[in-house]
Amino acid sequence: MTAVLIRGGAPYGEAPLDLLLDGGVIVATGGEATADERSVDAEIVDATGLVVLPGLVDLHTHLREPGREDAETVETGSAAAALGGYTAVFAMPNTDPTADTAGVVEQVYRLGRDVGLVDVFPIGAVTVGRKGERLAELAAMANSAARVRVFSDDGDCVSDALLMRRALEYVKAFGGVIAQHAQEPRLTQGAQMHEGEVSARLGLTGWPAVAEEAIIARDCLLTDHVGSRLHVCHLSTAGSVDVLAAAKVRGTAVTAEVTPHHLLLTDERAVGYDPVFKVNPPLRTAADVTALRQALADGVIDIVATDHAPHASQDKETEWDNASPGMLGLQTALSVVIETMLLPGLLDWRGVARVMSEAPARIGGLVEHGRPVAAGEPANLVLIDPTARWTVSGASLASLSANTPFEGMELPGRVVATYLRGRRTVSAGALAGV
Amino acid sequence: MTTAIHPATAAGPVTHGPTPIRMPRHLLSAADLNRSTAEHVLSTAERIEQAIAGREVRKLPTLRGRTVVNLFFEDSTRTRISFELAAKRLSADVITFSAKGSSVSKGESLKDTAWTLQAMGADAVVCRHSSSGAPHQLSAWVDGHVINAGDGTHEHPTQALLDAYTLRRHLGSLDGRRIVVVGDVLHSRVARSNVLLLSTLGAEVTLVAPPTLLPVGVDAWPVTVSYDLDAALAGADAVMMLRVQRERMSGAFFPTAREYSRSYGLDERRRALIAPHGIVLHPGPMNRGMEITPQVADGAGSVIVEQVANGVTVRMAVLYLLLSGEMSGGLA
Repeated sequence: MTAVLIRGGAPYGEAPLDLLLDGGVIVATGGEATADERSVDAEIVDATGLVVLPGLVDLHTHLREPGREDAETVETGSAAAALGGYTAVFAMPNTDPTADTAGVVEQVYRLGRDVGLVDVFPIGAVTVGRKGERLAELAAMANSAARVRVFSDDGDCVSDALLMRRALEYVKAFGGVIAQHAQEPRLTQGAQMHEGEVSARLGLTGWPAVAEEAIIARDCLLTDHVGSRLHVCHLSTAGSVDVLAAAKVRGTAVTAEVTPHHLLLTDERAVGYDPVFKVNPPLRTAADVTALRQALADGVIDIVATDHAPHASQDKETEWDNASPGMLGLQTALSVVIETMLLPGLLDWRGVARVMSEAPARIGGLVEHGRPVAAGEPANLVLIDPTARWTVSGASLASLSANTPFEGMELPGRVVATYLRGRRTVSAGALAGV
Repeated sequence: MTTAIHPATAAGPVTHGPTPIRMPRHLLSAADLNRSTAEHVLSTAERIEQAIAGREVRKLPTLRGRTVVNLFFEDSTRTRISFELAAKRLSADVITFSAKGSSVSKGESLKDTAWTLQAMGADAVVCRHSSSGAPHQLSAWVDGHVINAGDGTHEHPTQALLDAYTLRRHLGSLDGRRIVVVGDVLHSRVARSNVLLLSTLGAEVTLVAPPTLLPVGVDAWPVTVSYDLDAALAGADAVMMLRVQRERMSGAFFPTAREYSRSYGLDERRRALIAPHGIVLHPGPMNRGMEITPQVADGAGSVIVEQVANGVTVRMAVLYLLLSGEMSGGLA
């Protein structure tokens, strides 16, 4: 692999800085890059006008393999991730079979390596079959080739308080974290959308905010009690922000994510009953959206995670209450964050790098991702055209599924190139031949 | 409550009198009707009733050659028969699909069913479904007019129209009339449609229910909410009792049927609280002894049987008006 000299790109949207990549590493920057003898034969990439960030890291992706290869595969999901500017994704375990053993997590890990577009890190299920009855072999997954550190029953809540306590305690032995899908199951039986004025009008069973907030509060207290580490998946309500902020003040080792769709869309989207807008947790109110944006800006919410959830058309083009919840996210996440956070001035590019790369890598225990754009660091990078605008079309996305809630929306920012350990996975906005 | 604006309400012009009345393309929600279209439906129903009253053969030729499909994904004998009769009295060809024993029970999707109907050329599809919003989705997949015959816990607009028709026959204009709706508002499509339509027609609606059976978000509706049935009934022009399913007990909505009846059931003592001219409505089927006593259901001021008869007339008016935008025949 020849060296690559990226010229004129602006790390974090600041002063332009040439970057010389070789051997999977940023070997030199600025004048030292162009003076370096390896730059003589290097491939020159003109990045003038582009913003350079560390490759994005998604702590919450559904790749659907094994089991639902008609909706997404590790290969198609990896392609969507690379095109979205990601160099690492964490794959949720709600596959078939469930990723609750060393065997399944190693399978997913190896599929990711074979595809080679992004690093795929499997998340292990907390309980066997995600049934919430008994702990899965967490240490076996931690000690496997996949080196699992994040555990989640995502899609379902570890609602049993004792089981949650034990899981939090148990993963301390290998520095793990429990990523909780916070949803009190009894309060959300048959729930279809956010409980409020719109659900009352549409006659859809409500998913009350308190069903999320109560679990987050309980789990923060459990986390304190056993001295462990908690991550809250797809936090969606203003009340959850308050609970989280209070826990952080108290010193709880808790982190939280927000999804791009919860930063942009509200429950009014359910009017019309198009199940593309059905998601769990559901789209909330405009007041919640405002609170989530502010919390992300303030650092109360740590990261943006996509909850990329591909679904085959027959699982979406059906009655609302029969439809599967979930939305595509990998290829639209960065643009939505630019739209909702960067352009309004709530985050600068440093902040975007923090919430979409550095902090998710840290929470997930990755050492080679989410690193600074600096000499000596791994060459995991994304080049972004901040001025471009594009119109989302589900049919044009790399996912096997097309269930984007942003269909037809014009969004700012376009991923021009992605580098995984110095190797180009995306160039000119398309998958590079690899 | 802000009125739901359904996208599929492109209007077909129907001119009656000086101001053209624009009927919606589909009837999915009572919110699809503004005051003038709602009153137009009701006055058309009156004219239909008059037109039929003098006839030996109680049938009008108006929808001859038109196909009306009754698409019933959920059992409902009375609504299905009412629509069937309405379409037949307008001389339409009527096909009834019920989910049981059809391709639907074999796993065919709503969309495939819609495409099948589309291929067969249905002019109107009357849809009953246990999922809220299903008729709305259907309207995006077929060219014919879609009439919501009850969807999940969302709406049942023709029920509200027949209730309004019945109320107007007894009370005249509904402006300022006080109508009390009692029972399981949370799960009731009848309540949602009636709240919209009756308030559109100028009535003052009071909802009475245990707090557990009122939706979060009811504050935004154009109604008064009360937990005290006796107080709400005093001097009311009409009381509409909603069916309360005993199964709701398992969802902890109320402790026992007996306690529900005591607090929210309509017995003769409570019946006597409403205005002397006041009437009692129930959309059926009734749980006698639960939300209403047999004495009240069958007693003075009860218009429950009349509601059923009016249902046919009002559904004839709806079918006629939705389909007449594309046809020349009048109500002769």
